[in-house]
Amino acid sequence: MKSPYPRWFYLPAALVYAVLFVVPTFASFYFSLTRWTIFESHFIGLDNFVTFFQEPALVKGFVNTLIYGVVTSGLKVVIGLGLAVLLTGRIAARGYLRSVVFFPVLVSTIGVGLTFTVLMNPERGLINQALGTVGVDGPGWLTDPAYALLSVALVDVWKGVGLATLIFIAGIVSIPQEYFEAARTDGASAWDMFRNITLPLARPATVTVVILSLIGGLRSFDLIWAMTRGGPGFTSDVVASVIYKQYQAGFAGLSTAGNVVLFVIVTAIVLPLSRFLNRKEVEL
Amino acid sequence: MNGRRNWVLSIVAIVVSAVVFLVPFAFIVLMAGKDRAQASLLDFSWPHQLQFVRNFADVVEARDYMLIIAYINSTVLTVASVAGMVVLAAMVAFVLQRRPGRWGGLVNFLVLAGLIVPPAVVPTIWVLKGTGTFGTMPGLILVEIAFGLSFCVLLFRAFIATIPRELDEAAVIDGAGPLRLFFRVIFPLLRSVIITAVVVQSVTVFNDFVNPLYFLPGDPTVQLTLYNFAGQYTSEYNLLFMNILLITVPPLVMFLFFNRRIVAGMTAGAIKG
Repeated sequence: MKSPYPRWFYLPAALVYAVLFVVPTFASFYFSLTRWTIFESHFIGLDNFVTFFQEPALVKGFVNTLIYGVVTSGLKVVIGLGLAVLLTGRIAARGYLRSVVFFPVLVSTIGVGLTFTVLMNPERGLINQALGTVGVDGPGWLTDPAYALLSVALVDVWKGVGLATLIFIAGIVSIPQEYFEAARTDGASAWDMFRNITLPLARPATVTVVILSLIGGLRSFDLIWAMTRGGPGFTSDVVASVIYKQYQAGFAGLSTAGNVVLFVIVTAIVLPLSRFLNRKEVEL
Repeated sequence: MNGRRNWVLSIVAIVVSAVVFLVPFAFIVLMAGKDRAQASLLDFSWPHQLQFVRNFADVVEARDYMLIIAYINSTVLTVASVAGMVVLAAMVAFVLQRRPGRWGGLVNFLVLAGLIVPPAVVPTIWVLKGTGTFGTMPGLILVEIAFGLSFCVLLFRAFIATIPRELDEAAVIDGAGPLRLFFRVIFPLLRSVIITAVVVQSVTVFNDFVNPLYFLPGDPTVQLTLYNFAGQYTSEYNLLFMNILLITVPPLVMFLFFNRRIVAGMTAGAIKG
């Protein structure tokens, strides 16, 4: 008898996925080794990669990508966990707080980027105005090369921390209450309980947040593009914005080499990390 | 132990959350209602002269009703690609969950790869040009489907695991073929998880900026028009923020109606990712 679960059910999805995702991914390895105009390609070996790691503007993009990924995912873990503990604790207006923290996740990244560009205006922006009233001289968030990338990273955290918080809340809620009660009877302090119960048992949630926000952070493009376009100069460029700039300039081969570099960064960081984090999972 | 609420902490949390998360949104709304001169001050103040209606009309009329065209394009893109990815992903998830094995392993690998691997942009343009779909709406719809499949498959597979196999067997004994079994028995049972997938993916596709930027350079979508608007109307902040406000409305409506679903989908899809 024929199976009621025929493998041709894979076919329509496989076709779309193969043509528009798998083929381009494999093609990128070849085209990254060529001088390419989309119509004509000319094999030049590793020249594109040499350019990528010699041109200061492109090296900067590479370094910035790592900084951006680590900073955003680190902050999302710390702040997200803090908020989740707060929101599962004895606090009023929980529903309101959860909604308010989560809503930015759903809002257009471009809209958020443009709004914060205005809020971060060095002279007239609301943030520096507010800092001015308490006597602090706010920096040129997006105009000072030393701060531009970190300012964008902060906005990224503002927008994305709601999702991290939700994942942590789901993790904390699934911890059996008896553990906390037993600990309380033994006279454990709030900090002891957080350190010895919440933190280890919410580990799967932590792993998820770390991995998800790293994948997102390393690939991030639209927020940076909406806020600084990689500027001032190229000080806040990341690999994804370099890919776009090189594509626009007509260097399709170099742009694709950027894509391969991004592929290597993401897989080289995310795969070993997820294997490592998942192995040390605690038994409940 | 004691169920007493910590009022000090509560008040601090409410105030801080209002400053950090509500002020930017209030700022958008206030700016959208100001006249041009006051908006250019960029301050957080009540509009001297409320002119929401006029700003709204100005934004809609700007650049030959570009925003209306963009809204139509974005709607077509969102509806078609979300419908496509939901049906295709459900078929994959169904067979994948019911019939693991050698092929299942490969499919699982591809699903995870789709979540991790950054799409290769220019080679995708090359493929689209080769098939004559570059810069066309169908081309972009197919791209969105390809990129959204992984998330939907993971979501559906987990849900299908909870549907008893006896149901399939009963349907088969009654003479249902695979297509009937899937579309008449399984697919309707997926209703709740499908709503979740539709809501989450609609918001994602509607907010997508990168793919339309690369693959549909000719026709505007809402995110692209917003971005270009910011470049062209640099001195008219009231109109810019009206535009931002209009683009924030659809996700807000989704959020008000489907809060629970979105939360369930995002955490479920994430935790077993």
